[in-house]
Amino acid sequence: MADKMHIKLKVNGADHEFLAEPRELLIYALRERLGITGPHVGCDTSHCGACTVTIDGKSVKSCTMFVAQANGADITTIEGLGSPDALHVLQEKFREHHGLQCGFCTPGMITRAVKLLEENPNPSEEEVRFGMAGNLCRCTGYQNIVKSILAAAAEMNTVKEAAE
Amino acid sequence: MIPAAFDYYRPSDIAGAIALLQEHGDDARVIAGGHSLIPMMKLRMAEVPHLIDLQDIASLKGITISGERITLGAMVTQHELIDSAELAAKAPILREAALQIADPQVRYMGTVGGNVANGDPGNDMPGLMQCLDADITLTGPDGSRTVAARDYYEAAYMTDREDDEILVTVSFDAPKGGYAYEKQKRKIGDYATAAAAVQLVKEGGSVASASIAMTNLSDTPVWSEAAGAALVGTACDADAVKSAVAAMLNDIDPTEDNRGPVAFKRHAAGIVLARAITRAWDRA
Repeated sequence: MADKMHIKLKVNGADHEFLAEPRELLIYALRERLGITGPHVGCDTSHCGACTVTIDGKSVKSCTMFVAQANGADITTIEGLGSPDALHVLQEKFREHHGLQCGFCTPGMITRAVKLLEENPNPSEEEVRFGMAGNLCRCTGYQNIVKSILAAAAEMNTVKEAAE
Repeated sequence: MIPAAFDYYRPSDIAGAIALLQEHGDDARVIAGGHSLIPMMKLRMAEVPHLIDLQDIASLKGITISGERITLGAMVTQHELIDSAELAAKAPILREAALQIADPQVRYMGTVGGNVANGDPGNDMPGLMQCLDADITLTGPDGSRTVAARDYYEAAYMTDREDDEILVTVSFDAPKGGYAYEKQKRKIGDYATAAAAVQLVKEGGSVASASIAMTNLSDTPVWSEAAGAALVGTACDADAVKSAVAAMLNDIDPTEDNRGPVAFKRHAAGIVLARAITRAWDRA
């Protein structure tokens, strides 16, 4: 067995340090080591995006990154985006527009959608669908996910205009 | 899902990475974005006892445009490539092709160098680089050497790169004229059933020059010199497109898989090439 490495991660603003084998996938470090179980595992071929988190400003499938590669990274997961009392606008809109059913893809969907709207605050429906294409959903048929994201974009833009 | 154990290294320069490759020989591999290698390791189809992460090597990053010469560092991600307005202005075919590769998350991580070096005929960049007549620069223990993308691919997963070499840059002259990357695929993120890269120059109503390369239709990308030649001097009309398609079909050798039988892939190859030529001509 390879030697364990001393790993440091910042997750949702909190610092974590632990020893881990380099081969440990980031998704398992998050879920099993740190108890951050929002990001899910839906496949073993890097397609589904249920494990999506934000790493140093990029949407990343955390099943396709070794914890060794992530050493030193700043990570945001669904748990870092809002709280039950103060939902992130995307969380609120997914609820309002029925953008989830079983909820298994939702943490990855919302984490990806946050980044999508950062990069493109006013996307068309087509841009939303293309920008979310790395995230599979078995339940919704996507239509309401698109509605949720477009509604969130509209609200974020309204809030931004009001502030200016 | 569970990869075998490995020792992990994160050198800060190329010399350090090459020293590790020399020390560990066949047991070592470099990792760039990790989005071909890690999936293979998770399936235990790639065994890598020594994994050398290139993410801290600054010299492998960045897009350099110097006059008409474009150089892409091997660690430039697909996302960075798509994001570069300067690159889109100089070589728009890259952006068009990169947007047809994988999905957003994969494009944040996957690199140009990894795509070009991987050797999987399913990758899109190899055919594109052959179309552009790109040069691939490799650095090894004895220094650097450059090989044409058109000479780089030997067979599936077999390239001209030696085990102790690292692909450091891909460079090419800014292409002229019209362009298109046309890809038939089953869904987002799929490798092509058939894809065509076309660059062509129009002068006085006819084709002055044309370069055509095909993706995932042989065990390597295929630059079809004859297909390009079939267009030169024509007005790019239906007969000319037909001749180019016929020439291309002589150069490919697809195999049957779950994307379809050989006859279907040959049919799809003809369709994507005709569409790509038409789109490139319209843009020329």
